[in-house]
Amino acid sequence: MTLLRLEQVTRTVELPDAEPLHILRGVDLEVEVGDHVSIVGRSGSGKSTLLNLLGLLDEPTSGRLVFDDVPLERMRSGQRDRRRGRDVGFIFQQFNLLPGRSAIENVVTPLLYAPPAQFWRRRRLAADMLDRVGLGGRLDALPTQLSGGEQQRVAIARALVRGPRLILADEPTGALDVETGERVMALLDQVAEDSGAALITITHDRNVAALARRHYRLDAGVLTPTDADVAVGATVPVGTSAAAAPSPVAPAWPAASSPPVAMPSAFPGERL
Amino acid sequence: MRFITSIAAALVEAWGELRVSRLRVMLSLIGVAVAVAALTAVTALGAVAEQSQREQQERYQGRPALLTFMPSDSTGMKSPDPSLTTTAFQDAADRYGIDWTSRVLQDSGSVELPRGVTEMPIMAVDPDYGTMHRIAVREGRWFDADDADRFAPAVIVSTDLWKELGSPDLRTHPHFELSGTSPSTAVVIGVTGETCDGQCLSMTMLYDDFVKTGFTRIDDGPGAYIPQPSYEAWVPPSTAKKLMPRIASAMSLALGDGWQINPSRMDYAAQLGGYDPYLPLKLAVGGIAGLVLLLGALGLVNISLVTVRYRVREIGIRRSFGATAGRVFFGVMMESVVATVVAGLIGVAIAVAVLKNPTVIGFITSSVQDVPPFPISAALIGLGSSAAVGALAGLVPALVAVRVKPIDAIRL
Repeated sequence: MTLLRLEQVTRTVELPDAEPLHILRGVDLEVEVGDHVSIVGRSGSGKSTLLNLLGLLDEPTSGRLVFDDVPLERMRSGQRDRRRGRDVGFIFQQFNLLPGRSAIENVVTPLLYAPPAQFWRRRRLAADMLDRVGLGGRLDALPTQLSGGEQQRVAIARALVRGPRLILADEPTGALDVETGERVMALLDQVAEDSGAALITITHDRNVAALARRHYRLDAGVLTPTDADVAVGATVPVGTSAAAAPSPVAPAWPAASSPPVAMPSAFPGERL
Repeated sequence: MRFITSIAAALVEAWGELRVSRLRVMLSLIGVAVAVAALTAVTALGAVAEQSQREQQERYQGRPALLTFMPSDSTGMKSPDPSLTTTAFQDAADRYGIDWTSRVLQDSGSVELPRGVTEMPIMAVDPDYGTMHRIAVREGRWFDADDADRFAPAVIVSTDLWKELGSPDLRTHPHFELSGTSPSTAVVIGVTGETCDGQCLSMTMLYDDFVKTGFTRIDDGPGAYIPQPSYEAWVPPSTAKKLMPRIASAMSLALGDGWQINPSRMDYAAQLGGYDPYLPLKLAVGGIAGLVLLLGALGLVNISLVTVRYRVREIGIRRSFGATAGRVFFGVMMESVVATVVAGLIGVAIAVAVLKNPTVIGFITSSVQDVPPFPISAALIGLGSSAAVGALAGLVPALVAVRVKPIDAIRL
């Protein structure tokens, strides 16, 4: 079942005293329920603009965007915001946890915009979600008391707490070291699979891209499907060299550790 | 349910934000709290002063509209006969359906107190007088209709006289002797609040008892002073103007030639004609409090604007998690309102604490007997104005917040 469809989507920005800037050119993309798609591209290739469109935060200049069989142009602003809250979970490169708020308060945030049934049970839902990402014992920790990996796990819990059907991960491991990044990705992949949500990862890290089932490459606003090797070869991974990087398909988990699954047992109290 | 949830969620959000930035909030709200305290205190002071003034005026001049009729003989040849004038007044009152009437006589007489025979002011009235003048009895009770049948006249004494008697328990029927042509024993049934450090010895008794006791010696001869009571009628203010001349003329007709009835109206409503003597003071202090509130609000706007800029990323994150533009607007606005309402509550509490202090109350009401309750209206005005200031101060930052573009904000 198709969750999201982009048909010949373009995005152009009019600039004063200059030629219009064509950021996206004729993008076609179809994402199924439960899909895992990676999009790689260099800086300035239009990744952020595409992310805005996929997350219903922006409108295409031309072409069609259909979310859950409803064309974007038929959704009013408020409807689009509500659908985003209900169906889309965002994970950002810089975690973007709300400063000064504990882990559970951060995870509660999306539930403040949820229907009554979820809002009134917000603390329980948030605590359960944090437990699922292995942070059940750190509910009241502030972002400053958490390691990078833990912060990203809080961000994952926050993105998933409303049970979205689409998870948009924008450079989810960009601020983490290689090993932690791999663990976080394994968790994200697993939690997405458990919940049946589609996962679109925008990255230029080949290990991260390799975890996806389908691969795309964005170059100068043109999105093209590739096979894994081509996509992975598109850029040099951040923070590692090609020689030192583990095989993209190999599990990034130390042999002595638990298997790379998303359940709390994957994080037996360790700080990522 | 969805609407209630939205409101509850916005409140939770606002409270969370305020909790995180306590110091900022506290600093910006001191001005608001002080202004609300001032505004509430001024409103309350005005209300308390007005109430106390009004009660005093009502005690001496009656509740609106209180008509007074004073019979006099224009020829100077006839001796006044209170029983005739009383009948004339009662007939007129019955004709115009007036329920509340009283004869009033201010005189003096001698009573036997533990310290000896003492001359003191005596007021003689009918039982309705208590209601017509809203007399507050601190101990015991006011007169009722049965008191007219008592063998020993009932009296209500001032606080000073009660103390002079040794502050007796009224259940023991404390009594003292009244000197007159028919001396009798007065039984104290109530105590009013008048006190001036033991100097205000006075008492009130029923008019008929006063006449029976005969403090004024009628047999002193034709030239002797015979006290003439005035007649009071409590009527609805709307009919006062019409009734005044009608009752007066009905009484003169009944009394015959030579008698003049002088009607007057003494209650404060007639004197002031709707003018509030405290208005200039209230306007001045209220204006100052309003200015302080405005300054507090400007400070709040300033700080909120800076904070919204600083919070652009957070607003972007909230938008990405489904916060609608309306919700962001409402949320930022609620932060301001919740904060100022909390400041308002503190301000009102300060005002209550200050105005509950008897010393402060003593400044505004000269003869205070009981500290009056804090006027609810003043507290509501204080809270209402703090919420209004919060909404106004939150408007500009809320408009700025709505214009935040989520992804640009997140990528800042």
